[in-house]
Amino acid sequence: MDNATMRFSAFSLLRHGILGGTWSPQWRDPEPRAGYDVVIVGAGGHGLATAYYLAKQHGIRNVAVLERGWLGGGNTGRNTTVIRSNYLQDASAAIYEHALKLWHGLAAELNYNVMYSARGVLMLAHNEHDVRVGRRHVHANRLNGIDNEWLSPEQAKAFCPPLNIRRDIRYPVLGGALQRRGGVARHDAVAWGYARATSDLGVDILQNCEVTAIRRNTAGRVIAVETSRGRIAARKVAVVAAGHTSVLMAMASVRMPIESFPLQALVSEPVKPVMPCVVMSNTIHAYLSQSDKGELVIGAGTDAHTSYSQAGGLHVPAHTLEAICELFPAFRRLRMLRNWGGIVDVTPDRSPIIGQTPVPGLYVNCGWGTGGFKATPGSGHVFAATIANDEPHPIAAPFSLDRFSAGRMIDEAAAAAVAH
Amino acid sequence: MLLIPCPWCGPRPENEFHYGGEAHIARPADPSALDDAAWADFLYMRSNPKGLLAERWRHLHGCGRFFNCLRDTVSDRIAVTYKPGEPRPAMP
Repeated sequence: MDNATMRFSAFSLLRHGILGGTWSPQWRDPEPRAGYDVVIVGAGGHGLATAYYLAKQHGIRNVAVLERGWLGGGNTGRNTTVIRSNYLQDASAAIYEHALKLWHGLAAELNYNVMYSARGVLMLAHNEHDVRVGRRHVHANRLNGIDNEWLSPEQAKAFCPPLNIRRDIRYPVLGGALQRRGGVARHDAVAWGYARATSDLGVDILQNCEVTAIRRNTAGRVIAVETSRGRIAARKVAVVAAGHTSVLMAMASVRMPIESFPLQALVSEPVKPVMPCVVMSNTIHAYLSQSDKGELVIGAGTDAHTSYSQAGGLHVPAHTLEAICELFPAFRRLRMLRNWGGIVDVTPDRSPIIGQTPVPGLYVNCGWGTGGFKATPGSGHVFAATIANDEPHPIAAPFSLDRFSAGRMIDEAAAAAVAH
Repeated sequence: MLLIPCPWCGPRPENEFHYGGEAHIARPADPSALDDAAWADFLYMRSNPKGLLAERWRHLHGCGRFFNCLRDTVSDRIAVTYKPGEPRPAMP
């Protein structure tokens, strides 16, 4: 039996363990067809989720997801996997909470263990201003029906024992906002789970397929994309390309309010379970959790300057490690194993752009900046509805591209845990 | 960390500088003549090229002066820096 429900049963694991053999591929690797109803550019979490909901909820299965490199090899495989919905503005709270609710059932929905773990996200305050901003977020979140609570330093220490709450450090912990439903998930599993489920629904995932041009007819409507694997006709093209959004949109002569910055992360050597939750501190930029493998997963900031290099300056993670050494003295002797960068697409108001564009048939989902992973299921869900119905999903509507000319900013610079 | 040649002080480490974003974005000569789309373009739209970018830096912990820089955003190599008011140098 080769359907999705049986591939990873306890029985099949045992049988493979004893008899050996190879596992069947989890998704098809087809040749491009001449054309599709919808071509999605970018097979990261958001692009694959968009394709999944297009096929599953809107019955649009003549879809291709194009990927320049390999599936999930961009920011989906490079982020620090934090999930939370404690954003300040109503529009942001709505979309991130929509995503968080989808995370709860995602493993069952995809029949793939995405290892979502609601272990709590604790955001620390180190000065009077932090305390006021943190408390304001707690109140705003609770008005929107989102759990968030204020902890004293002692309560924070009880929730996260390795945390240093001594008052004589340079930036002492004065309290923290805790979202207990926040947590982490396995980023690769999210991409793989969506890829398998989407492929099973008939969507073609085309890897090593770089888009080199977007073709339009005389009326300006999108009709095709040129790729490294040939021309592919498309009734609708959806760009979900994170840091490369500006490059792709320029192929359709659309200027974007986006700048691309390197964002770095690093992991320590694996150790036994020591870090029970996610801790982030905007002010001094400590940002860490522990993976199920035992590595401390640490998020650094963005470089000051734009870049497409997928490698930032060493002084950026060094700054984060200095903060962690002070807040978590027990981690001072841990060695760091790997350090990498991704290219994040940052908007002026630090909120995403989801929806239609001035070009008929061209849609865009971008601008997630330093925090897009948490939104993956919600982002794909509302973007799929926007593409299928050709009008913005109510949750996506405030995030339209035209908010920059209309002046309807959704300012979340303070909600982003990463300084930029 | 970049080594940035300040046109007045010479090469200095990146952490002496403050980033100023894309260069050569001039404030509109007649602001009242602009519509919303033109304002949005001036305020928010950026070329964000993958390749040579003309950008501003300020030598904050040095001479304090702004200058412009041509940098390749793929390799992060700086091609040339030049003083404000000078035109963007033609590159091969």
